[in-house]
Amino acid sequence: MTQVSVQNLWMEYGDQVVLEQVNFEVETHSFVSIVGPSGCGKSTLLRLLLSQEHATRGEILVDGAPLPLNPDPDRGVVFQKYSVFPHLTALENVVLGLELEQGGLFGRLHGKAKRRAKAEALHHLEGVGLKDSAHKYPASLSGGMQQRLAIAQALIKKPRILLLDEPFGALDPGIRSEVHDLMLRLWWETKMTVFMVTHDLKEAFYLGTRVIALDRTRKREEEKERYGASIIFDTPSEPAPIIQELAAEAETDTETNQNT
Amino acid sequence: MLLPFALLLIAYAVGSEIRLSDNPNDKLLPSFPTLYEAVQRMAFEPDKRTGNYLLWQDTVASLMRLSIGVLVATLMGSIVGIAVGLIPYVNRTMSAFISVLAMIPPLAVLPILFITFGLGELAKIVLIVFGIAPFMMRDIALRVGELPSEQIVKAQTLGASTWHIAWRIVLPQMWPRIIDALRLSLGTAWLFLIAAEAIAAQSGLGYRIFLLRRYLAMDVILPYVAWITFLAVLFDYTLQKFQIIAFPWFAVGRSSE
Ligand SMILES: Nc1ncnc2c1ncn2[C@@H]1O[C@H](COP(=O)(O)OP(=O)(O)OP(=O)(O)O)[C@@H](O)[C@H]1O
Ligand SMILES: [Mg+2]
Repeated sequence: MTQVSVQNLWMEYGDQVVLEQVNFEVETHSFVSIVGPSGCGKSTLLRLLLSQEHATRGEILVDGAPLPLNPDPDRGVVFQKYSVFPHLTALENVVLGLELEQGGLFGRLHGKAKRRAKAEALHHLEGVGLKDSAHKYPASLSGGMQQRLAIAQALIKKPRILLLDEPFGALDPGIRSEVHDLMLRLWWETKMTVFMVTHDLKEAFYLGTRVIALDRTRKREEEKERYGASIIFDTPSEPAPIIQELAAEAETDTETNQNT
Repeated sequence: MLLPFALLLIAYAVGSEIRLSDNPNDKLLPSFPTLYEAVQRMAFEPDKRTGNYLLWQDTVASLMRLSIGVLVATLMGSIVGIAVGLIPYVNRTMSAFISVLAMIPPLAVLPILFITFGLGELAKIVLIVFGIAPFMMRDIALRVGELPSEQIVKAQTLGASTWHIAWRIVLPQMWPRIIDALRLSLGTAWLFLIAAEAIAAQSGLGYRIFLLRRYLAMDVILPYVAWITFLAVLFDYTLQKFQIIAFPWFAVGRSSE
């Protein structure tokens, strides 16, 4: 089923064309990796998908309807940095999404509602392995922990689309593969659609079920500003082993359910 | 740390000794016993004419003006600063105006304030507000602008309205920065307070100093100056400590940057 449809997208900043003729369709519960050389417009594409900026021409449809004009809780985001709020503890960072939704004018919950929200947030923190750091401020968390916190914070809103801009770019290799498997598991469980920008081809193919590459097709120096990047490469990618396992498990589960 | 202070005291004592041995009636550098006597008289004995303890009366009068002025300026600075820093429309309409406002020399406006608000308390308070509010507005607006745009977008994806962003994301992060701006403004606030009191007042630390200048009463003026300095240092120190205790995340973030 097509969920996100990008049609003939152009993006220009003044005289500079950044993206041109970008077309693709994405099905629900895809994991789309976006790769390409630095400055080719990957983050720009993500900002357009988020409604942080608006395309010069072309359209983005979600479930057949044009995108809302502003970022909204349907589309979560994790940036490379500055995704979490420094003045809130890890727990408060995750609770915030619920408080803004249910807390009325002041965006705060009290009493029983607050306790319930905290319990739910703790559950999400546990899901990313941060339960023990619930009361720390982001500045005293490591880079990997901050990114996991940002993921938990985004997921509590149950977004249908999650946008990731080089979310693991600043992490050490060991921590990175840990967070990779965590991300895959969460993606599998939530059934959301993920768009992830990355510089790392290996990461793109490992995580993605589909890899899209952006680049300029005309590269002569004097034309550089006049032509933007478009999709030069779009290929499915085999799901990671952990996902294949989870899929197999799910299948046997349904089979046993049917048998009983 | 204390060495320079000790050296200053010694230099004063020596200078005072030399001058007084030349001329025992010299008023410029009174000896420590004379200073002590003056403090006794101003702080712990009622004034013969009015029956008030002058130092405390002056202190209360000055601190009232200072605190009301600083409070109003801080409120204005926070509200206007956040609005200008956060909302592009307000920024476009207001920022040039505030910049020009900040360029008007407050003391040049003082006569206007006295004409408009009379010689009472209001004119002095308005002078303090006028002297520091534009700086605070601009400073806070800049600090708001320094927040990464990612934070604002992130808040929107968590369902925040503009009002929510101001209330839950921007204002809480501005508190410690407002304290910074306040610490930087306090010196200026004292300057305008004393200037206003020197020109028209019946009490106040600045009033007393300028009144006694006519009698060359250095024995009172010097302790008054020391007392004002002490108060200023105390406020600065208190604000700094308060910032660390009340906003632990700010101190941590600062040292890790
Ligand atoms: N707000 C803006 N105004 C003007 N030009 C912009 C703006 N944002 C991005 N650009 C330009 O658009 C081009 C693409 O930027 P973008 O950030 O999307 O690249 P990227 O592919 O994400 O690069 P990187 O891999 O380095 O993050 C760059 O040339 C950049 O200078
Ligand atoms: Mg980028």
